[in-house]
Amino acid sequence: MKAAVIVFPASNCDRDVAVALAASMGRDPLMVWHRDADFPAVDLIVLPGGFSYGDYLRAGAMAARSPVMAEVIRRARRGVPVLGICNGFQILTEAGLLPGALMRNAGLAFVCRDVHIRVETTDSVFTRRYAKGAILRIPVAHHDGNYFADRATLEALEGDGRIAFRYVEPDGRVTAAANPNGAARNIAGIFNTTRTVLGLMPHPERLADPLLGGTDGRAMFDGLVEALA
Amino acid sequence: MKARVHVTLKKGVLDPQGQAIAHALGTLGFAGVGDVRQGKYIEIELAETDRATARARVEKMCAQLLANPVIEDYAIEIAE
Repeated sequence: MKAAVIVFPASNCDRDVAVALAASMGRDPLMVWHRDADFPAVDLIVLPGGFSYGDYLRAGAMAARSPVMAEVIRRARRGVPVLGICNGFQILTEAGLLPGALMRNAGLAFVCRDVHIRVETTDSVFTRRYAKGAILRIPVAHHDGNYFADRATLEALEGDGRIAFRYVEPDGRVTAAANPNGAARNIAGIFNTTRTVLGLMPHPERLADPLLGGTDGRAMFDGLVEALA
Repeated sequence: MKARVHVTLKKGVLDPQGQAIAHALGTLGFAGVGDVRQGKYIEIELAETDRATARARVEKMCAQLLANPVIEDYAIEIAE
């Protein structure tokens, strides 16, 4: 399997996700700079976490209009899987590849801690190695993770089974207390209509190695390799 | 000419920053403060000299970049 990690000015999780991908793939991913309007064919594109372009205007707004994103959008529409983590999720909504928007956290504070998320569906290349309903412990680190969409969009996401992950208590209950940012319906991650694009606020790459204190994120990368190799 | 663009959150979109500002104003003793909404103000210098053309161009800029139509509205003012 070949993967590309897109690197924007002020991406800061690009190397973390490259390490996680390399561990699962057995080879290094391609690192693609934001100015590169073209890059070699790959089986997976990753938009990493960080604060691309300093979060100017809106988180992800500038990155979504960068030269490389026109090509990412073209490939996503052709069905190439795209994974957006944290700032990557924000970029995907700004680019129109995922519906809704990520707004300032309801509590206004930057939230940086482990949260629990529940796997809502295993029917995707990203979640196939998890058990349905599995509870994962994964870190979040963001200021703008408050997922917003109008009622019709939320109903469509629910109805189509396109909610990938929800913030939950360690026992799996969906509560307001388990929601770190005020996201609508405790949404932590969503798919596009073909489930080939996933955006999520938590950072699976940060708990994908025992040395980091947990491996709950590892199955996402292993699953991708299994599906796309 | 110059364009002035105000970007505001749509009605019904929760604005926690506006709420925090309203709360702080209350703490400072400003009575009678109702809903507070925070937005953005953007000034753009344009080479264009025709007002209608300038407005149409700024409309496009708003739709493509300056505002996020999912959560924001915008208002454009064209000044000399």
